[in-house]
Amino acid sequence: MEQPISLKDNFLKGVIKENPVFVLLLGCCPTLGVTSSAVNGLGMGAATAFVLVMSNLAIALVKNVIPDKVRIPAFIVIIAAFVTVVQLLMAAYTPALNEQLGLFIPLIVVNCIVLGRAEAFASRNTAGASMIDGLGMGVGFTFALLLLGTIRELLGNLSLFGYKLVEADGILIFVLAPGAFITLGFIIATMKWLKDRENKKSH
Amino acid sequence: MQYLIIIISSIFINNIVLAKFLGICPFLGVSKNTSTAVGMGAAVVFVMTLSTIMTYLVQHYILLPLGIAYMQTVTYILVIAFLVQVVEIILKKVSPDLYQALGVYLPLITTNCTILGVAILVIQNNFNLLQSVVFAVGNSVGFTLAIALFSTIREQLDNADLPEYMQGIPAALITASILSMAFMGFAGLV
Repeated sequence: MEQPISLKDNFLKGVIKENPVFVLLLGCCPTLGVTSSAVNGLGMGAATAFVLVMSNLAIALVKNVIPDKVRIPAFIVIIAAFVTVVQLLMAAYTPALNEQLGLFIPLIVVNCIVLGRAEAFASRNTAGASMIDGLGMGVGFTFALLLLGTIRELLGNLSLFGYKLVEADGILIFVLAPGAFITLGFIIATMKWLKDRENKKSH
Repeated sequence: MQYLIIIISSIFINNIVLAKFLGICPFLGVSKNTSTAVGMGAAVVFVMTLSTIMTYLVQHYILLPLGIAYMQTVTYILVIAFLVQVVEIILKKVSPDLYQALGVYLPLITTNCTILGVAILVIQNNFNLLQSVVFAVGNSVGFTLAIALFSTIREQLDNADLPEYMQGIPAALITASILSMAFMGFAGLV
């Protein structure tokens, strides 16, 4: 029997120890695709977090009804339903952001984090714990996107959340495609270094 | 001419992986050696072409006449999952050789976002059926080209002397960045 983990630990594992982007490397497409600015990263993170929490909750509630064999298709339909909800809500209330994120909103369906958490956590835990897990993962994902978006916007545009800090041209490459890959590469290397240093300290 | 433009722009200028950031997971995940990368690419070409035709027909003959276009995401993902299963079963029966070659990659393709992405892009761009097929072929060939190129570089990377923390994924990402810069050179070709 697994040791039940506390609420706080359940939440924090998604944010730091098992951060979906930096540690598990899941959901890379939106991570790279929409983070040309901090606002986009935040919006995409929030949309994904909503889908994560709701689909984890729904799947935890119906897990005993679904036959094991059709588990995955059933999960995908539930996730797709919540993605459609987000899509319609964003089109109605935040049309500008919706335009910016475009294709990546419907693509939350195939974001590996959502299905991964459904399969690995929500299908074998209670509704409450699953919601917390979804929230932790969602916050972790949002944090990762925000960090990447902020760095790219700062370097590429010399601005923060759309406000120009210095009246000069940034390093344009950072808001373009290559900048996304290179920034994520360096962030992951830094994370590895930090983790290693921590391990060495505790020994 | 118009079809040639679609092909060239989807392979080189708007490469689906290096410029549009779709399908990064298989791009990083199955690019450790060239033969698996090419296998994955071939499976994607096959499934993407079929699924784009299917979703196009579903969109124009089922969703639009019924006025339920908002069900797009849900229907498409089901059509794709269904199609992948059917392809797998048929291949197993009809061509065991091809199944041997592509089999292991097929289940992975359902959650490959290039497939769903191209299906949706086709509708957004208002393509007709023939344009859609050309677009799907172009994008899937672009995917194969990117992943095959990337895997040849990664094979060499294993022998390189890298700083400890840059090994593995960080080095791969920086390689991808340089590859993406190279592809930016194609901009303005059409």
